[in-house]
Amino acid sequence: METLWPQIERILPTVSKPARYIGGEQGSLLPVHDAGSVAWLLLYPDTYEIGLPNQGLQILYEILNERPDALAERAYAPWVDMEAAMRAAGIPLFSVEQHLPAAAFDVLAFNLSAELVYTNLVNMIDLAGLPLHGVDRGGADALVIAGGHCVYNPEPLADFVDAFVLGDGEEVVGEINEVISDWLRASPPEDRDRGALLRALAGLEGVYVPALYSASYEDGRLVSTVPVGPGVPAEVAKRTISDLADWPYPARPLVPLTEVVHDRLNVEVFRGCTRGCRFCQAGMITRPVRERPAAQVREMVQRGLEWSGHDEVALTSLSSADFSGIEDTVRDIVDDPDHGGRVSVSLPSLRVDAFTVGTAAEIQKVRRTGLTFAPEGGTWRMRRVINKLITEEDLYSAVDAAFSQGWRRVKLYFLIGLPTELDEDVLGIAELGARCVEIGRKYHKGVTVVASVGGFVPKPHTPFQWFGQDTVAELERKVALLRNEARRTRGLTIRWHEPAASVAEGLASRGDRRMGAVIERVWRAGGTFQEWSERFDLSLWEAALDAEGLSVDEICHRDRDGDEALPWDHISAGLHRDFLWGDWQDALASVAVEDCRWTPCYDCGACTGFGLEHVVASPVPPAGGSQGTGQDLSVGDRIPVRLVSRAP
Amino acid sequence: MLPEGQRRLRLRFTKEGKIRFTSHRDVARMWERALRRSRLPLAYSQGFSPHPLVSFGLALPTGCESRGEYLDMRLEEAGPGEIPLPDLPAALSLLLPDGITVEAAALIGEAEGSLQQEVASCDWELEVLGVRDEELQERVEKMLAAPMLTVRRERKGRQTEDDIRPAIRTLSLTSTKGHLRAELATHPRGVRPGDLVTALGTPAVPGRACRTHQWIERDGARFEPLVVGAFGTDGDATQHARRAFPHVRDGNQPQPGGSPPGADGGPRQL
Repeated sequence: METLWPQIERILPTVSKPARYIGGEQGSLLPVHDAGSVAWLLLYPDTYEIGLPNQGLQILYEILNERPDALAERAYAPWVDMEAAMRAAGIPLFSVEQHLPAAAFDVLAFNLSAELVYTNLVNMIDLAGLPLHGVDRGGADALVIAGGHCVYNPEPLADFVDAFVLGDGEEVVGEINEVISDWLRASPPEDRDRGALLRALAGLEGVYVPALYSASYEDGRLVSTVPVGPGVPAEVAKRTISDLADWPYPARPLVPLTEVVHDRLNVEVFRGCTRGCRFCQAGMITRPVRERPAAQVREMVQRGLEWSGHDEVALTSLSSADFSGIEDTVRDIVDDPDHGGRVSVSLPSLRVDAFTVGTAAEIQKVRRTGLTFAPEGGTWRMRRVINKLITEEDLYSAVDAAFSQGWRRVKLYFLIGLPTELDEDVLGIAELGARCVEIGRKYHKGVTVVASVGGFVPKPHTPFQWFGQDTVAELERKVALLRNEARRTRGLTIRWHEPAASVAEGLASRGDRRMGAVIERVWRAGGTFQEWSERFDLSLWEAALDAEGLSVDEICHRDRDGDEALPWDHISAGLHRDFLWGDWQDALASVAVEDCRWTPCYDCGACTGFGLEHVVASPVPPAGGSQGTGQDLSVGDRIPVRLVSRAP
Repeated sequence: MLPEGQRRLRLRFTKEGKIRFTSHRDVARMWERALRRSRLPLAYSQGFSPHPLVSFGLALPTGCESRGEYLDMRLEEAGPGEIPLPDLPAALSLLLPDGITVEAAALIGEAEGSLQQEVASCDWELEVLGVRDEELQERVEKMLAAPMLTVRRERKGRQTEDDIRPAIRTLSLTSTKGHLRAELATHPRGVRPGDLVTALGTPAVPGRACRTHQWIERDGARFEPLVVGAFGTDGDATQHARRAFPHVRDGNQPQPGGSPPGADGGPRQL
């Protein structure tokens, strides 16, 4: 296939941020397309600057390009102006490395990290020149697959995606490659039987092929999703790699030529989280905890800095301060004479309860990166419901440590619209914020505390999957309540996410197969980049729901019964349904549970089901206690809780 | 005065090909990463968040190419294992993305002004699409004959009207079809090559543009901040510069730049 560069370079002077489309990053490869290799196009359905740093995509990029029977290039969603210019010039979706058309690839593999990008996925399939729906694709068309956290409810995209890959991709990507390679070699394009490929893929563990399942409905409500035909598993369970040490990727992280988010070296220190925060889908679906050996972390940091020239390294995970020996690791990086004392470390998710003065001091040695804590709930009762076990004292001592070390600005993350939430829980956010400002004033005149508030979206495979999320009106009321209260404190700023976007996110993450037609309508009405506030438009979603005879109340705002069929019942993250339901009931009774890394097993199923164990270097919880360990969980149970039913 | 032991290094480099679509800020970031990887003993600013003392010359508009970009930096005292100056252009080029090639490196004196202040004009090669050469010739003549040339452009989000005529020092067709060569002044206000081509009138539209030279003027002489192929210390740079610019009198400030022995030292032929 010929490169499209000569056509592309003609339109680039007319579009914004043209560097998004040129490739050329350090670490990018120019693989030779030959008949012996399966050609993968790895796609991130958002802009280049959001997608480029995605670690999952970079890991698969390296693993595939290391294989003799595979090659991989990348593509990102063109921004609106570029898409218009491409369509006007007849330029299809292309890879950034060699600017080859998507049609030059055998597989289009999407990374799905957020639900609001679903219309972008549809748009990219269309820009690639492929039939939109899987059923319309033939033997010569590329296979469309998707992985990432969103695919734990694959049903909204079942029309568009041929196969979903659940869980860690490191191992299964090679198995998929072999299946496709065999299929490609077996016959010339015109004779290829796509059905045979789909059946073979469905035979792989962790691969879900929606065309081989049938969903049925009664009275407008889903009752089951079952396999059609023999040899198709009734339930597809995720893949989990047992030891992160076997996968020191990305070894040559992509260094972009232009500005991207998280423009720094990222080193994953562990995968999985067992803190058990009930709102957190990532924590539930990535169990168990698998730590990378500290020596390997150091080596990856060392090599990565030499390779990239970055002066900042982020130690990434769902809760990096939980990494065994985190303080030593941070100190070693900051004090390494090789870096000349000019490398800073950021921990994207700081634990509040054991954030010590020591760690704060280490991090700020080079330069003060932003400091963010996530109490998530405004009152201790609320935090017990969601199992985010941070006491007021924990938060205040962490904030005190931060301000005493010289920070003047602290950011706090909260959710509103949580189960059992009362107005006093919302007002508790302002109270916590005001107290933090007060603590800061002990050290500095001008301090800022930013409380960032998001509307809670109950996600599949969490204990809150049965919960009906707040309506837009209710979220707006709570935001107004909070803003009004916060006005009384100078130095406290409230930021909030668009409540309407939380509802669209709920639709995309909780819908069943019928949501596909809604997503398609939103796309046809021009609704791309819905995760961008300037592009988001709830009315597009409402109109599409109406046209399809579906209701937002039915999908988003309704509490579900324990025996109701859920769209993702045939997908398994390894968690027993009994465990999730029991945890949901515990939440309603505001009963908290400890982090099972250091306490007896709750039998959630994630370890036992896959024959795995937590890989944790330290047998004892971190100093200061973590997530219930060493805490008195009976403290402060003041409010009798019942689930309030919601008026539409 | 330079702090004890510190040195001032000037580099000349190109920006050609796909990478022309990156911005001035993007190029600055590429340099910062490459310099960290080079382990050159960069001098850092004092203060709470120290940053390397690197200064870039005139910004190149996104989408334009260049065969004459510059940057100045401060280095601490040379340590063991530092890349020798003559090897520096090749060594740094390896650490930079495709399309950025370092073509000269020289130590310069403290008295040398900053690139932003000193560069008075730039040479450009401009591709013009949409008009034939005869028509282009007429329009160029008309443009040069005009006392004033007002263009509307957006600056910092606001529409402004500027007279770009004073900035056009020379403008002529080259032997390549549809190509112009222009020398454009940088002070008091530069003119973007795209604006110049647009000012030729429809249907002329800007094609590719390449900055080929930047010029410093001093004592009636015109010279480049650094000539391609130059490397060396202050002393020999002056010597080469003298050979290249014999009209520069002794006793003047040393010239920042020079050429390899034997080269004519003049601007590279296009």
